[in-house]
Amino acid sequence: MAAQDGNSDKAASASDAALARRLERLSRDLESEKKERSEAEARPKTDNAGYGLAFRLASEFVAGVIVGAAIGWGLDRMAGTSPWGLIGFLLLGFCAGVVNVIRASGGMASSANAEDGQGGERSE
Amino acid sequence: MASGAEDRVDPIHQFAITEIVDLGTIGGIDFAFTNSALFMVVTVVLISGFMIAASSSGTLVPSRFQSLAEVAYEFVANMLRDSAGTDGMRFFPFVFSLFMFILVANMLGMFPYFFTVTSHIVVTAALALVVITLVIVYGFYRNGIGFLGLFVPKGVPSFLMPLVVAIEVLSFLSRPISLSVRLFANMLAGHITLKVFASFILMMGAWGVAGWFGAIIPFFMTVALTALEFLVAFLQAYVFAILTCMYLNDALHPSH
Repeated sequence: MAAQDGNSDKAASASDAALARRLERLSRDLESEKKERSEAEARPKTDNAGYGLAFRLASEFVAGVIVGAAIGWGLDRMAGTSPWGLIGFLLLGFCAGVVNVIRASGGMASSANAEDGQGGERSE
Repeated sequence: MASGAEDRVDPIHQFAITEIVDLGTIGGIDFAFTNSALFMVVTVVLISGFMIAASSSGTLVPSRFQSLAEVAYEFVANMLRDSAGTDGMRFFPFVFSLFMFILVANMLGMFPYFFTVTSHIVVTAALALVVITLVIVYGFYRNGIGFLGLFVPKGVPSFLMPLVVAIEVLSFLSRPISLSVRLFANMLAGHITLKVFASFILMMGAWGVAGWFGAIIPFFMTVALTALEFLVAFLQAYVFAILTCMYLNDALHPSH
Protein backbone atom coordinates (compact mmCIF):
# COMPACT_ATOMS: atom_id res chain seq x y z
CA MET A 1 0.00 0.00 0.00
CA ALA A 2 2.69 2.46 1.17
CA ALA A 3 4.85 1.72 -1.85
CA GLN A 4 1.88 2.22 -4.08
CA ASP A 5 1.15 5.60 -2.42
CA GLY A 6 4.73 6.72 -3.00
CA ASN A 7 4.46 5.65 -6.58
CA SER A 8 1.21 7.51 -7.12
CA ASP A 9 2.71 10.65 -5.48
CA LYS A 10 5.63 10.48 -7.84
CA ALA A 11 3.29 9.89 -10.74
CA ALA A 12 1.15 12.85 -9.62
CA SER A 13 4.13 15.24 -9.52
CA ALA A 14 5.29 13.94 -12.88
CA SER A 15 1.84 14.44 -14.34
CA ASP A 16 1.75 17.95 -12.78
CA ALA A 17 4.94 18.83 -14.59
CA ALA A 18 3.56 17.33 -17.77
CA LEU A 19 0.36 19.28 -17.30
CA ALA A 20 2.28 22.53 -16.81
CA ARG A 21 4.26 21.82 -19.95
CA ARG A 22 1.11 21.05 -21.90
CA LEU A 23 -0.56 24.22 -20.61
CA GLU A 24 2.42 26.28 -21.70
CA ARG A 25 2.40 24.71 -25.14
CA LEU A 26 -1.35 25.27 -25.43
CA SER A 27 -1.05 28.96 -24.57
CA ARG A 28 1.77 29.31 -27.09
CA ASP A 29 -0.34 27.61 -29.77
CA LEU A 30 -3.31 29.82 -28.91
CA GLU A 31 -1.13 32.90 -29.13
CA SER A 32 0.22 32.00 -32.56
CA GLU A 33 -3.23 31.02 -33.79
CA LYS A 34 -4.65 34.32 -32.59
CA LYS A 35 -1.91 36.16 -34.44
CA GLU A 36 -2.59 34.17 -37.62
CA ARG A 37 -6.31 34.79 -37.34
CA SER A 38 -5.89 38.52 -36.85
CA GLU A 39 -3.65 38.58 -39.92
CA ALA A 40 -6.22 36.62 -41.89
CA GLU A 41 -8.91 39.03 -40.77
CA ALA A 42 -6.76 41.99 -41.73
CA ARG A 43 -6.47 40.80 -45.33
CA PRO A 44 -10.12 41.03 -46.52
CA LYS A 45 -10.41 44.32 -44.65
CA THR A 46 -7.71 45.85 -46.86
CA ASP A 47 -9.53 44.52 -49.94
CA ASN A 48 -12.70 46.38 -48.93
CA ALA A 49 -10.68 49.42 -48.03
CA GLY A 50 -9.19 49.28 -51.54
CA TYR A 51 -12.59 49.84 -53.10
CA GLY A 52 -13.30 52.64 -50.64
CA LEU A 53 -9.92 54.21 -51.33
CA ALA A 54 -10.46 54.14 -55.10
CA PHE A 55 -13.74 55.98 -54.79
CA ARG A 56 -12.24 58.33 -52.23
CA LEU A 57 -9.36 59.35 -54.51
CA ALA A 58 -11.76 60.16 -57.35
CA SER A 59 -14.10 62.24 -55.19
CA GLU A 60 -11.25 64.07 -53.45
CA PHE A 61 -9.87 65.22 -56.78
CA VAL A 62 -13.25 66.29 -58.17
CA ALA A 63 -14.10 68.13 -54.93
CA GLY A 64 -10.89 70.18 -55.14
CA VAL A 65 -11.63 71.24 -58.72
CA ILE A 66 -15.29 72.05 -57.90
CA VAL A 67 -14.35 74.19 -54.89
CA GLY A 68 -11.75 76.09 -56.91
CA ALA A 69 -14.20 76.74 -59.75
CA ALA A 70 -16.98 77.80 -57.34
CA ILE A 71 -14.75 80.27 -55.47
CA GLY A 72 -13.37 81.70 -58.71
CA TRP A 73 -16.86 82.07 -60.19
CA GLY A 74 -18.13 83.72 -57.00
CA LEU A 75 -15.22 86.19 -56.92
CA ASP A 76 -15.85 87.05 -60.56
CA ARG A 77 -19.50 87.68 -59.82
CA MET A 78 -18.66 89.97 -56.91
CA ALA A 79 -15.59 91.78 -58.27
CA GLY A 80 -16.50 91.70 -61.96
CA THR A 81 -13.10 90.33 -62.94
CA SER A 82 -14.49 87.66 -65.24
CA PRO A 83 -12.91 85.39 -66.38
CA TRP A 84 -9.61 85.75 -64.51
CA GLY A 85 -10.85 84.66 -61.07
CA LEU A 86 -12.39 81.52 -62.54
CA ILE A 87 -9.21 80.69 -64.46
CA GLY A 88 -6.87 81.32 -61.53
CA PHE A 89 -8.93 79.51 -58.92
CA LEU A 90 -9.70 76.62 -61.25
CA LEU A 91 -5.95 76.06 -61.56
CA LEU A 92 -5.51 76.37 -57.78
CA GLY A 93 -8.44 74.00 -57.27
CA PHE A 94 -6.77 71.55 -59.65
CA CYS A 95 -3.62 71.72 -57.50
CA ALA A 96 -5.70 71.29 -54.34
CA GLY A 97 -7.35 68.22 -55.90
CA VAL A 98 -3.94 66.70 -56.65
CA VAL A 99 -2.79 67.49 -53.09
CA ASN A 100 -5.96 65.82 -51.77
CA VAL A 101 -5.32 62.71 -53.83
CA ILE A 102 -1.67 62.47 -52.74
CA ARG A 103 -2.71 62.90 -49.12
CA ALA A 104 -5.61 60.43 -49.39
CA SER A 105 -3.45 57.77 -50.99
CA GLY A 106 -1.48 57.91 -47.74
CA GLY A 107 2.09 57.09 -46.86
CA MET A 108 3.26 59.68 -49.36
CA ALA A 109 2.65 62.61 -47.02
CA SER A 110 5.70 61.93 -44.86
CA SER A 111 8.06 61.37 -47.79
CA ALA A 112 6.67 64.44 -49.58
CA ASN A 113 7.27 66.50 -46.44
CA ALA A 114 10.84 65.24 -46.23
CA GLU A 115 11.42 66.12 -49.89
CA ASP A 116 9.92 69.54 -49.34
CA GLY A 117 12.30 70.09 -46.44
CA GLN A 118 15.30 69.11 -48.56
CA GLY A 119 14.10 71.32 -51.41
CA GLY A 120 13.73 74.24 -49.01
CA GLU A 121 17.26 73.77 -47.69
CA ARG A 122 18.70 73.58 -51.15
CA SER A 123 17.00 76.74 -52.32
CA GLU A 124 18.16 78.67 -49.26
CA MET B 1 -46.41 39.91 -70.76
CA ALA B 2 -45.71 43.34 -69.34
CA SER B 3 -46.09 45.83 -72.14
CA GLY B 4 -46.55 49.48 -72.93
CA ALA B 5 -46.24 51.94 -70.06
CA GLU B 6 -45.97 49.16 -67.51
CA ASP B 7 -42.43 48.09 -68.38
CA ARG B 8 -41.17 51.65 -68.55
CA VAL B 9 -39.86 51.70 -65.00
CA ASP B 10 -38.77 55.09 -63.75
CA PRO B 11 -35.49 54.51 -61.85
CA ILE B 12 -35.56 57.99 -60.28
CA HIS B 13 -39.05 57.71 -58.86
CA GLN B 14 -37.80 55.95 -55.70
CA PHE B 15 -36.10 59.17 -54.57
CA ALA B 16 -39.22 61.33 -54.72
CA ILE B 17 -40.01 63.27 -51.55
CA THR B 18 -43.67 63.10 -50.53
CA GLU B 19 -45.35 65.02 -47.76
CA ILE B 20 -46.97 62.98 -45.04
CA VAL B 21 -48.06 65.71 -42.64
CA ASP B 22 -48.12 69.34 -43.73
CA LEU B 23 -46.87 71.61 -40.94
CA GLY B 24 -47.73 74.87 -42.70
CA THR B 25 -45.34 77.63 -43.67
CA ILE B 26 -42.93 79.42 -41.36
CA GLY B 27 -41.35 82.57 -42.76
CA GLY B 28 -42.39 81.70 -46.31
CA ILE B 29 -40.78 78.25 -46.18
CA ASP B 30 -42.90 75.13 -46.43
CA PHE B 31 -42.51 72.77 -43.52
CA ALA B 32 -43.75 69.22 -43.75
CA PHE B 33 -43.12 65.83 -42.26
CA THR B 34 -41.94 63.94 -45.35
CA ASN B 35 -41.12 60.32 -46.10
CA SER B 36 -37.46 61.28 -45.71
CA ALA B 37 -38.11 62.62 -42.22
CA LEU B 38 -40.11 59.49 -41.42
CA PHE B 39 -37.19 57.24 -42.30
CA MET B 40 -34.78 59.41 -40.31
CA VAL B 41 -37.06 58.97 -37.30
CA VAL B 42 -37.26 55.21 -37.96
CA THR B 43 -33.45 55.08 -38.17
CA VAL B 44 -32.97 56.94 -34.89
CA VAL B 45 -35.65 54.90 -33.12
CA LEU B 46 -34.11 51.64 -34.37
CA ILE B 47 -30.61 52.59 -33.19
CA SER B 48 -31.79 53.92 -29.82
CA GLY B 49 -34.05 50.91 -29.23
CA PHE B 50 -31.27 48.51 -30.18
CA MET B 51 -28.63 50.17 -27.98
CA ILE B 52 -31.00 50.47 -25.01
CA ALA B 53 -32.17 46.87 -25.34
CA ALA B 54 -28.56 45.71 -25.69
CA SER B 55 -27.19 47.61 -22.71
CA SER B 56 -30.14 47.39 -20.29
CA SER B 57 -29.21 43.92 -19.02
CA GLY B 58 -25.44 44.06 -19.08
CA THR B 59 -23.95 40.65 -18.34
CA LEU B 60 -20.37 39.45 -18.22
CA VAL B 61 -21.16 36.81 -20.81
CA PRO B 62 -22.98 38.93 -23.38
CA SER B 63 -26.24 37.99 -25.01
CA ARG B 64 -26.53 38.19 -28.79
CA PHE B 65 -27.76 41.79 -28.77
CA GLN B 66 -25.17 42.86 -26.25
CA SER B 67 -22.27 41.32 -28.14
CA LEU B 68 -23.46 42.99 -31.33
CA ALA B 69 -23.53 46.35 -29.56
CA GLU B 70 -20.09 45.62 -28.12
CA VAL B 71 -18.74 44.83 -31.58
CA ALA B 72 -20.11 48.15 -32.86
CA TYR B 73 -18.58 49.99 -29.90
CA GLU B 74 -15.19 48.31 -30.32
CA PHE B 75 -15.19 48.95 -34.06
CA VAL B 76 -15.81 52.70 -33.75
CA ALA B 77 -13.60 53.08 -30.68
CA ASN B 78 -10.64 51.40 -32.42
CA MET B 79 -11.17 53.48 -35.53
CA LEU B 80 -11.18 56.68 -33.49
CA ARG B 81 -8.20 55.67 -31.35
CA ASP B 82 -6.13 54.65 -34.38
CA SER B 83 -6.64 57.86 -36.31
CA ALA B 84 -7.08 60.54 -33.63
CA GLY B 85 -5.29 59.06 -30.60
CA THR B 86 -6.74 58.63 -27.12
CA ASP B 87 -7.47 62.39 -27.08
CA GLY B 88 -9.98 61.74 -29.78
CA MET B 89 -12.10 59.52 -27.53
CA ARG B 90 -13.92 62.64 -26.30
CA PHE B 91 -15.59 62.70 -29.71
CA PHE B 92 -16.68 59.08 -29.43
CA PRO B 93 -20.40 59.84 -28.89
CA PHE B 94 -20.41 62.06 -31.97
CA VAL B 95 -18.57 59.67 -34.26
CA PHE B 96 -20.55 56.66 -33.01
CA SER B 97 -23.91 58.41 -33.62
CA LEU B 98 -22.77 59.51 -37.05
CA PHE B 99 -21.55 56.05 -38.03
CA MET B 100 -24.64 54.27 -36.73
CA PHE B 101 -27.01 56.76 -38.34
CA ILE B 102 -25.41 56.46 -41.78
CA LEU B 103 -25.02 52.69 -41.52
CA VAL B 104 -28.63 52.05 -40.45
CA ALA B 105 -30.02 54.59 -42.93
CA ASN B 106 -28.05 52.91 -45.75
CA MET B 107 -29.16 49.44 -44.67
CA LEU B 108 -32.82 50.48 -44.35
CA GLY B 109 -32.55 51.80 -47.90
CA MET B 110 -31.75 48.26 -49.08
CA PHE B 111 -35.31 47.10 -48.26
CA PRO B 112 -37.61 47.22 -51.28
CA TYR B 113 -40.06 50.16 -51.19
CA PHE B 114 -38.06 51.83 -48.42
CA PHE B 115 -36.71 55.33 -48.80
CA THR B 116 -32.94 55.88 -48.70
CA VAL B 117 -32.29 58.94 -46.56
CA THR B 118 -28.63 59.23 -47.54
CA SER B 119 -29.41 59.35 -51.28
CA HIS B 120 -30.25 63.05 -50.98
CA ILE B 121 -27.36 65.49 -50.98
CA VAL B 122 -29.22 67.79 -48.56
CA VAL B 123 -28.90 65.15 -45.86
CA THR B 124 -25.29 64.19 -46.53
CA ALA B 125 -24.23 67.82 -46.94
CA ALA B 126 -25.83 68.68 -43.60
CA LEU B 127 -23.93 65.81 -41.96
CA ALA B 128 -20.65 66.91 -43.59
CA LEU B 129 -21.21 70.53 -42.54
CA VAL B 130 -21.77 69.44 -38.94
CA VAL B 131 -18.45 67.57 -39.06
CA ILE B 132 -16.49 70.43 -40.60
CA THR B 133 -18.08 73.04 -38.30
CA LEU B 134 -17.14 70.92 -35.30
CA VAL B 135 -13.56 70.62 -36.63
CA ILE B 136 -13.24 74.39 -37.14
CA VAL B 137 -14.90 75.43 -33.86
CA TYR B 138 -13.06 72.86 -31.74
CA GLY B 139 -9.78 73.52 -33.56
CA PHE B 140 -9.91 77.24 -32.71
CA TYR B 141 -11.24 76.54 -29.21
CA ARG B 142 -8.37 74.21 -28.38
CA ASN B 143 -5.44 75.66 -30.33
CA GLY B 144 -6.47 79.28 -30.68
CA ILE B 145 -4.91 80.98 -33.68
CA GLY B 146 -2.42 78.10 -33.88
CA PHE B 147 -5.12 76.12 -35.67
CA LEU B 148 -4.24 78.13 -38.77
CA GLY B 149 -0.87 76.36 -38.71
CA LEU B 150 -2.81 73.57 -40.44
CA PHE B 151 -2.56 75.61 -43.62
CA VAL B 152 1.18 76.32 -43.35
CA PRO B 153 3.24 73.20 -44.06
CA LYS B 154 6.80 73.18 -42.80
CA GLY B 155 9.86 73.36 -45.02
CA VAL B 156 8.30 75.29 -47.91
CA PRO B 157 10.45 78.09 -49.41
CA SER B 158 8.97 81.51 -48.58
CA PHE B 159 8.34 82.59 -52.19
CA LEU B 160 6.10 79.52 -52.66
CA MET B 161 4.26 80.06 -49.37
CA PRO B 162 1.28 82.13 -50.63
CA LEU B 163 0.58 79.59 -53.36
CA VAL B 164 0.90 76.63 -50.98
CA VAL B 165 -1.33 78.26 -48.36
CA ALA B 166 -3.98 78.99 -51.01
CA ILE B 167 -3.86 75.37 -52.15
CA GLU B 168 -4.07 74.13 -48.56
CA VAL B 169 -7.11 76.33 -47.86
CA LEU B 170 -8.84 75.08 -51.01
CA SER B 171 -7.97 71.54 -50.05
CA PHE B 172 -9.57 72.09 -46.63
CA LEU B 173 -12.67 73.67 -48.17
CA SER B 174 -13.08 70.71 -50.52
CA ARG B 175 -13.41 68.31 -47.57
CA PRO B 176 -17.11 68.80 -46.80
CA ILE B 177 -17.87 68.57 -50.52
CA SER B 178 -16.00 65.34 -51.10
CA LEU B 179 -17.43 63.95 -47.85
CA SER B 180 -21.05 64.67 -48.77
CA VAL B 181 -20.84 63.99 -52.51
CA ARG B 182 -19.18 60.61 -52.00
CA LEU B 183 -21.90 59.25 -49.73
CA PHE B 184 -24.77 60.73 -51.72
CA ALA B 185 -23.40 59.68 -55.14
CA ASN B 186 -22.68 56.14 -54.00
CA MET B 187 -26.17 55.59 -52.64
CA LEU B 188 -27.93 57.33 -55.56
CA ALA B 189 -25.91 55.58 -58.27
CA GLY B 190 -26.20 52.21 -56.57
CA HIS B 191 -29.96 52.35 -56.23
CA ILE B 192 -30.46 53.61 -59.79
CA THR B 193 -28.23 50.84 -61.16
CA LEU B 194 -30.18 48.22 -59.22
CA LYS B 195 -33.47 49.56 -60.52
CA VAL B 196 -32.25 49.75 -64.13
CA PHE B 197 -30.97 46.18 -64.14
CA ALA B 198 -34.15 44.94 -62.48
CA SER B 199 -36.22 46.69 -65.16
CA PHE B 200 -34.18 44.90 -67.87
CA ILE B 201 -35.73 41.66 -66.60
CA LEU B 202 -39.23 43.02 -67.28
CA MET B 203 -38.25 44.44 -70.66
CA MET B 204 -36.74 41.15 -71.85
CA GLY B 205 -39.73 39.30 -70.48
CA ALA B 206 -41.86 41.29 -72.91
CA TRP B 207 -40.21 39.34 -75.77
CA GLY B 208 -41.78 36.06 -74.76
CA VAL B 209 -40.14 32.77 -73.77
CA ALA B 210 -36.73 33.53 -75.32
CA GLY B 211 -36.78 36.85 -73.49
CA TRP B 212 -37.46 35.18 -70.15
CA PHE B 213 -34.46 32.88 -70.72
CA GLY B 214 -32.34 35.88 -71.65
CA ALA B 215 -33.56 37.67 -68.55
CA ILE B 216 -31.45 35.28 -66.48
CA ILE B 217 -28.42 37.50 -67.20
CA PRO B 218 -29.84 40.76 -65.78
CA PHE B 219 -31.37 38.72 -62.97
CA PHE B 220 -27.95 37.49 -61.87
CA MET B 221 -26.59 40.99 -62.31
CA THR B 222 -29.31 42.27 -59.98
CA VAL B 223 -28.46 39.66 -57.38
CA ALA B 224 -24.75 40.48 -57.61
CA LEU B 225 -25.45 44.21 -57.46
CA THR B 226 -27.60 43.74 -54.37
CA ALA B 227 -24.66 42.09 -52.64
CA LEU B 228 -22.37 44.88 -53.82
CA GLU B 229 -24.82 47.47 -52.55
CA PHE B 230 -24.76 45.93 -49.07
CA LEU B 231 -20.97 46.20 -49.18
CA VAL B 232 -21.20 49.82 -50.36
CA ALA B 233 -23.77 50.68 -47.68
CA PHE B 234 -21.37 49.51 -44.97
CA LEU B 235 -18.26 50.85 -46.65
CA GLN B 236 -19.60 54.36 -47.12
CA ALA B 237 -20.65 54.59 -43.48
CA TYR B 238 -17.15 53.39 -42.57
CA VAL B 239 -15.42 55.85 -44.91
CA PHE B 240 -17.54 58.75 -43.65
CA ALA B 241 -16.74 57.88 -40.04
CA ILE B 242 -13.01 57.34 -40.57
CA LEU B 243 -12.65 60.60 -42.49
CA THR B 244 -14.48 62.34 -39.65
CA CYS B 245 -11.90 60.84 -37.29
CA MET B 246 -9.03 62.08 -39.47
CA TYR B 247 -10.46 65.60 -39.67
CA LEU B 248 -10.99 65.63 -35.90
CA ASN B 249 -7.36 64.59 -35.61
CA ASP B 250 -6.45 67.76 -37.53
CA ALA B 251 -8.46 69.80 -35.02
CA LEU B 252 -6.69 68.09 -32.11
CA HIS B 253 -3.16 68.20 -33.56
CA PRO B 254 -3.07 70.89 -36.27
CA SER B 255 0.67 70.66 -37.03
CA HIS B 256 1.46 68.53 -40.07
